Amino acid sequence: MDTNLIVFLAMALVAAVAAVGVVAMNNPVRSALCLVVNFFVLAFVYFSLRAELMGISQILVYTGAIMVLFLFVIMLLNLGGRGGTLEERPDVKPGIGVGLGIALFALIAFQVLFPLQASATPRAPDDYGLPQTVGRNLFTTYVLPFELASVLLLVGIVGAILLAKRKM
Amino acid sequence: MTPNGYPAPPSIDWLMTMPALLVAGVGIVALMVEMFWPRRSNSAIIFLSLIGLAVAGYFTAIQFGMPDGETFARMIVRDRLGLVLQLLLIGIAFISILFSEGYLREKRIPFGEFYPLLLWATSGGMVMIATKSLLIQFIGLEILSIALYVMAGMSRNEAKSEESAIKYFLLGAFASSFFLYGIAFVYGATGGLHLDLIAEAWKADDPSMRNLLLFGFGLILIGLSFKSAFVPFHQWTPDVYQGAPTNVTAFMAAGSKVAAIGALFRVLEASGVMQEFWMPALFWIAIFTMTLGNLVACTQRDVKRTLGYSSIANAGYLLVALLAHFKSPDKVGLQATIFYLVAYSLMTLGAFAVVSLAAKGGKEGTRFHDLAGLYRRAPVAAGLLVVFVASLIGIPPTAGFFGKYFIFLDALQADLAPLAIVLAVNSAISIYYYLGIVRAAFVAEDSPVRPAMSGPVTFGNSLATAICAVGVLGISFVTAPVFEFLAGR
Repeated sequence: MDTNLIVFLAMALVAAVAAVGVVAMNNPVRSALCLVVNFFVLAFVYFSLRAELMGISQILVYTGAIMVLFLFVIMLLNLGGRGGTLEERPDVKPGIGVGLGIALFALIAFQVLFPLQASATPRAPDDYGLPQTVGRNLFTTYVLPFELASVLLLVGIVGAILLAKRKM
Repeated sequence: MTPNGYPAPPSIDWLMTMPALLVAGVGIVALMVEMFWPRRSNSAIIFLSLIGLAVAGYFTAIQFGMPDGETFARMIVRDRLGLVLQLLLIGIAFISILFSEGYLREKRIPFGEFYPLLLWATSGGMVMIATKSLLIQFIGLEILSIALYVMAGMSRNEAKSEESAIKYFLLGAFASSFFLYGIAFVYGATGGLHLDLIAEAWKADDPSMRNLLLFGFGLILIGLSFKSAFVPFHQWTPDVYQGAPTNVTAFMAAGSKVAAIGALFRVLEASGVMQEFWMPALFWIAIFTMTLGNLVACTQRDVKRTLGYSSIANAGYLLVALLAHFKSPDKVGLQATIFYLVAYSLMTLGAFAVVSLAAKGGKEGTRFHDLAGLYRRAPVAAGLLVVFVASLIGIPPTAGFFGKYFIFLDALQADLAPLAIVLAVNSAISIYYYLGIVRAAFVAEDSPVRPAMSGPVTFGNSLATAICAVGVLGISFVTAPVFEFLAGR
């Protein structure tokens, strides 16, 4: 087993455990903190794939901005304090959900991952993931999706304002 | 590639992207109008939106006859199907806006932001259709969906509307993640986001890559099936249709369906190489979608829910048309699909426009008995409702009849006789609940104590229903030229 694989497996394990923690924790603040860990480790996975810009954006945008927003919402809704834990009624649905999730994972593993391991490993070009490359591509080949994404953000902003308006 | 090794800026044919960008741009201008003159009447915004849509329609229409092609680094495509469906989406948005203001005023939610959101949703749907790039399809889908989530929850004082928005948002986000996950797998197999790469990657005949492609394709199919409301991805439809404001429901039923079916066509066309895998699956999905939609519709007591199930059934009919085309593309063209999409959009918009008259003074009753006495309060609207329902049932000489008839013939031609039979049987079942809607409108008010709700018939609403009715009745007299036009002859 080479070092690359060991490093990757370690990071993947932490990310997976943190992801499970997000769903399994009863206290929303703990869930949010698990999500922070997950985002961080994911950023390291990106670093190890030489996608530095992706990794930095992941930390800045997700861990920095989005998580702060999550914590704000939790604080404003006062879910973090005592008695604010999420209680779920006993139900069969989580069980079914877990079952289906495992089934999906098994499907991916057997149909996709194992056959893929046998075939040739794809290699990225040398300048892959560099800020220059990403920037150039964003403003040349991918300029249309880039601009459309800004329309998408605008829709989100205006939508949030509209939903916050209760009365005229 | 330029000399320094970076990709060259894409060559751009602005005319191809013009319609969608124009609609989005008019949305931004409309938002500014709302920003600078808030709390006035929305007339300026509506006027601007309608003009913008008309201009976008003009720029779409003049592209007929121009050579097919792709621009923006193969992100935007021009072909007859894309142009027709974009034009249809523009028309749907136009008609929706016409009858929105009167309804929103009666409902006490006349927010000016509604119109920009509707325009952006339209532009999202338009880019979804006018592309063969999975990336653009996804962004278009998100623009369309997120605008719809917001509009569905616009009536904040109603628990129903909030429930509808939350349900739609959670399930829609779930479906979007399937779509995105599928794109990731396809990217892994093809090394690109263009749909044409699928066939190339498939022909490379590498079994592991084929697995990857199939898996990704299946996930993409789930995402689009959700949007088109195919069984078993339909559960959101009745609740969302019932809870959302009626004008939003109308746009959702018509516009969202057109965009989803258009995108589905692009994906299926590119995945023709995998047909042996998806044809049986979609065959059964079509049967279940038609049957379940119609059977459950019979048990409903709410007009909007009934029309919601009817839209599920209609998605099934459209899927039959698509399958017939892909089963034998030489014999069966796409004309029946497009024709039925146009017919379905017109009759659904018309029916919802009439149902939207039920709103008055911030309240709205959409159960069958709330329609009682409509023939006395708004005789013309009640009469037009009969036309739309007749078309939904498929009574000649309405557009609905010809649409179903052509799909039936196509299915027989493509050796899909079981689907044709199921379609015919389902049309018969649907008569029961469609007639229920008409009957509800033509009985007298059941109790004088509880006054039936009915807002005034505004000019916009009359115009919208009139356009739909003329379309539904008129198109059946010109089916031959329309078909020839759609076939590109």
